[in-house]
Amino acid sequence: MIRKINIWQELDWVTVILYAVLMLFGWINIYAAVYDEQHQSILDFNQRYGKQLVWIAAAVIIASATLLIDSRFYFYFSYLLYGLTLLLLIAVVLFGKEVNGARSWFYIGGLQIQPSEFSKVATCLALARRLSSHPIKLTSFVEMIKSLTVPGLIIFLPMILVGMQPDWGSALVYAVLMLVLYREGLPGQYLVIGVLFGVVFIFSLLWNETPEKLVVMLFLFSLAAWAFFYRSLRGVFIILTTYGAIYLAGIIFFHYGHWHFSAYYHHLVCITAALIAMFAMSWKKRRNDVAWIAVMLAVYLLSGYGVMYGFQHVLKPHQRTRIEIFLGQKYDPKKEGYNIEQSKIAIGSGGFHGKGFLKGTQTKFNFVPEQSTDFIFCTVGEEWGFIGSFVLLMMYLTLMLRLLYLCERQRSLFSRIYGYGVVSVFFIHVTVNIGMTIGLFPVIGIPLPFFSYGGSSLWAFTFLLFVFLRLDASRMELFR
Amino acid sequence: MNPYAFRRHIIGGIIVGVICIYVVRLFYIQVIDSSYKLSAQNNAYRRIVQYPARGLIYDRNGKLLVGNQAAFDLMYNPSEIQPFDTLELCSILQVTPAQLKERFRRVRTTKGYSRYRDQLLYSQLSEITYARLQEKLYKYPGLYVQERTLRRYLYPLAAHLLGYVSEVDSSHIRKDPYYQMGDYIGISGIEKAYEKELRGKKGVKIFLVDVHNRLMGSLENGKYDSAAVLGKNLVATIDIELQQYAEKLMKPFRGSVVAIEPATGEILALVSSPSYDPSLLVGQERKKNFPLLQKQANLPLYNRALAASYPPGSTFKLINALIGQQENVINEYTTHGCAMGWSFGPVQVGCHAHPSPLDLRGSIQYSCNSYYCDVFRRIIDNPRYSSTEEAYKIWRNYVLSFGFGQYLKTDLPDEGKGNVPSINYYNKIYGKNRWRSLTIISLGIGQGELGITPLHMANMAATIANRGYFYTPHSVKKIEGQDTLLHHFTEKHYTAIDPKYFEVIIDGMEKAVESGTAMYGRIEGIAMCGKTGTAQNPHGKDHSIFICFAPRQNPRIAIAVYVENAGFGATWAVPVASLLVEKYLKGSISRPWMEERIVNAHIY
Repeated sequence: MIRKINIWQELDWVTVILYAVLMLFGWINIYAAVYDEQHQSILDFNQRYGKQLVWIAAAVIIASATLLIDSRFYFYFSYLLYGLTLLLLIAVVLFGKEVNGARSWFYIGGLQIQPSEFSKVATCLALARRLSSHPIKLTSFVEMIKSLTVPGLIIFLPMILVGMQPDWGSALVYAVLMLVLYREGLPGQYLVIGVLFGVVFIFSLLWNETPEKLVVMLFLFSLAAWAFFYRSLRGVFIILTTYGAIYLAGIIFFHYGHWHFSAYYHHLVCITAALIAMFAMSWKKRRNDVAWIAVMLAVYLLSGYGVMYGFQHVLKPHQRTRIEIFLGQKYDPKKEGYNIEQSKIAIGSGGFHGKGFLKGTQTKFNFVPEQSTDFIFCTVGEEWGFIGSFVLLMMYLTLMLRLLYLCERQRSLFSRIYGYGVVSVFFIHVTVNIGMTIGLFPVIGIPLPFFSYGGSSLWAFTFLLFVFLRLDASRMELFR
Repeated sequence: MNPYAFRRHIIGGIIVGVICIYVVRLFYIQVIDSSYKLSAQNNAYRRIVQYPARGLIYDRNGKLLVGNQAAFDLMYNPSEIQPFDTLELCSILQVTPAQLKERFRRVRTTKGYSRYRDQLLYSQLSEITYARLQEKLYKYPGLYVQERTLRRYLYPLAAHLLGYVSEVDSSHIRKDPYYQMGDYIGISGIEKAYEKELRGKKGVKIFLVDVHNRLMGSLENGKYDSAAVLGKNLVATIDIELQQYAEKLMKPFRGSVVAIEPATGEILALVSSPSYDPSLLVGQERKKNFPLLQKQANLPLYNRALAASYPPGSTFKLINALIGQQENVINEYTTHGCAMGWSFGPVQVGCHAHPSPLDLRGSIQYSCNSYYCDVFRRIIDNPRYSSTEEAYKIWRNYVLSFGFGQYLKTDLPDEGKGNVPSINYYNKIYGKNRWRSLTIISLGIGQGELGITPLHMANMAATIANRGYFYTPHSVKKIEGQDTLLHHFTEKHYTAIDPKYFEVIIDGMEKAVESGTAMYGRIEGIAMCGKTGTAQNPHGKDHSIFICFAPRQNPRIAIAVYVENAGFGATWAVPVASLLVEKYLKGSISRPWMEERIVNAHIY
């Protein structure tokens, strides 16, 4: 039985207000980013801020329409929507327009549509539907793998298709849906392994010139592996102390011995020693784990060095450039590291208070590329300073935590899982986008939700969010 | 309750954790670390690109062929520009105010325009304009002059071999992110083939600029600057004197000359006539001249020497003579009678007056058609093979082993493939099993569907000169800072013919020059070996063809000459090749009357 509810009463207005504020703040910053004395009219539709205003108006319509549709629609049509977006993704690889070496866009009339933005919504819906009827089984390893096959494919298919555009930056977003699986019962260790291998893969490519950094990663890895297998911090401390002691001894020894030794080998020796210590302890305790740790290490080393070696020696220069574009380094094809530095300078020069609205245009325009899309956070950092950046981060944090709260009050499994999908997608976008502008993340060109310039991403995020708000508003329709 | 409900706290914790790290990081770079805070005066940069000079090109004897000259581009930065005396600037630049305004408007509306990025206003100012502008530049803040280099050709020669450079277009930029609007790139010839070596590497200097647009020194002591790397110099394989002479001789004709050093595969001269002066395509001149060259009916921009595919005519008899020997269907004593032609049933091939019967040497000396119709029939109707198709396949493989019908993979772009018809081709025309040796008998004398480029032809001459192998022809001898060429250019490519069969052929070729079809080209004191050809073609009069190499022992030069629509091989192609051989081997000409006859030829 279904109880009729008033959608406007049940709607979570906190989220809606956050959404509206973010969107307007975003528009103000796009205006500042494109601002130019020659084009001062706000309604100049040849300029990006003028266009964004149109996109925002359309987003409001999309939001309202999304709310007016019956919530069961999203459940029953989830697979169909998913199938349709897969078709669109295939079509865009075949017939899309090539921009910056990737086929991600359809041009219909004057409108540009990026299907990979919308496929996130459909993927979350399909995943929620599957998991709500077929929960992850943990009775045995085989059972678990079986129950994970379909959800895994649901995530994997759009990821591969987006990667084929090729836009591996956007494809990476899908990996975050592991968080949803985790919430629904996936053992934590797989989450850790997944994250670690992602890190290894990306950083092996980005840090191809410094083996030292791989050593550091190796070290972090061994710590993680230890923590993971023993669920205790004892091993971590042992490794840290072994490492520190040997390192110190080495420094003293080299210093007094006047014997020069490359830092790289120094670290390598220390880590080897620390790992041996770890193995020795594992041996005493649970022999089975030693084999596991060894296998993981071997895979880790092979993949890390394999990727690095392949990148440097096997690939031809133009293929390397392609991969750099895959990784979103299209902004920095000459690897000067210059743009990131510019982005940091723009943000850093904002100081505590910021330079003020429209007053920060001098430095960043010259060098920070994609100012109104992927690097929009630079404008915030420069013109609104630490205060503005902090407030923006807090708004995103509030939004995500609010959504988490909403997730947990759902009565239907479908709504909750979908809600977690929404949170995860927002989380990865905010993390990657802001992280790259402040130099904590490699440059991967994905937009800041509700903030970056662009119709497709704004509409897709709006749709993503309001489907959840619609589901949330009708949670009382279900009796339990 | 869901057993994993506690995991919401972990997920929430991860989110809060990341945001906290970001807040700390922001606090650090925005509030604590002052290195990111550039003072208010140093709030603009000027990024000045350092363009390296393009590599120079020398000929094989060290003579400079292609150098550089300075050119000046007028740039401006829209955000720094201030109202100025338009009339004065217009008079310096010699444009009307309306044109200047239009120019600014065009720049503003181009894709990728940014108020804060330097824009190109006028490219390649003349030196005089530059000198006058330089004095007044202080009056125009935001305007500045960027120095560039343009190509300078020291000889009006070898346009097809050297190629030309031009500004990049958007497709180049898409393919290689190194290029930016306004950069130059090699479009054809050596300039294109060795673009990566010639271009060097752009550098960049980043300066801090104050609000009054004064340079305040480099950004962070040049931490982000990169030095420009000069382009590498090249030594080309051509001999510019030989090239010059070849172009002079070919001036009255349409056609090509390709000369190769057999012992290395180095291209000594490459002429495609009509040609043009490479200086016509430098800088601003190109805009004016390129369309004019494009419109000319005799296609001066088309590289005939590499791309044009002609029937090889009688020169191809050499190949059939070699294949016949290798297949053991003829030997040096095989004779054949000829009475002004050859006929078999309805098929008739004409021949010219010469002694009869002839042996293999004589058949080459006098270029007998009957002989080679017979040889071709012996090859294709060889009872060892079960079908025409099978025998043809064997024959075709021999032909392909000389490099015909495929790209030779020289270092030059625009190479043509030519054509050696496939079995499928004949099956399509005549039907499967419905063609015989007689159907395709014209292949025996180098006619029919065969398509061979002058480069292939010269390579064939070099292959015979080497008695059975060739080095892939190439146009560059040495790249500065590089010890060796690609392996591809230094390895011997053997044909499928045993070297022992070549000597007989070469006997015939020497006799052809001494007292045969090419005796007009005989040079006192040089043992030249050659073979004439006359290619029937659907475009009018026959093409006059000659290939040769000299001297017979340790050959130093192999040449192929094509003169389009000029009649017998002996008439024009032979004297051209003969003069070139003499010029190259002796350094001077002993037959000025012959040279005069060619230079004054009017055959079209």
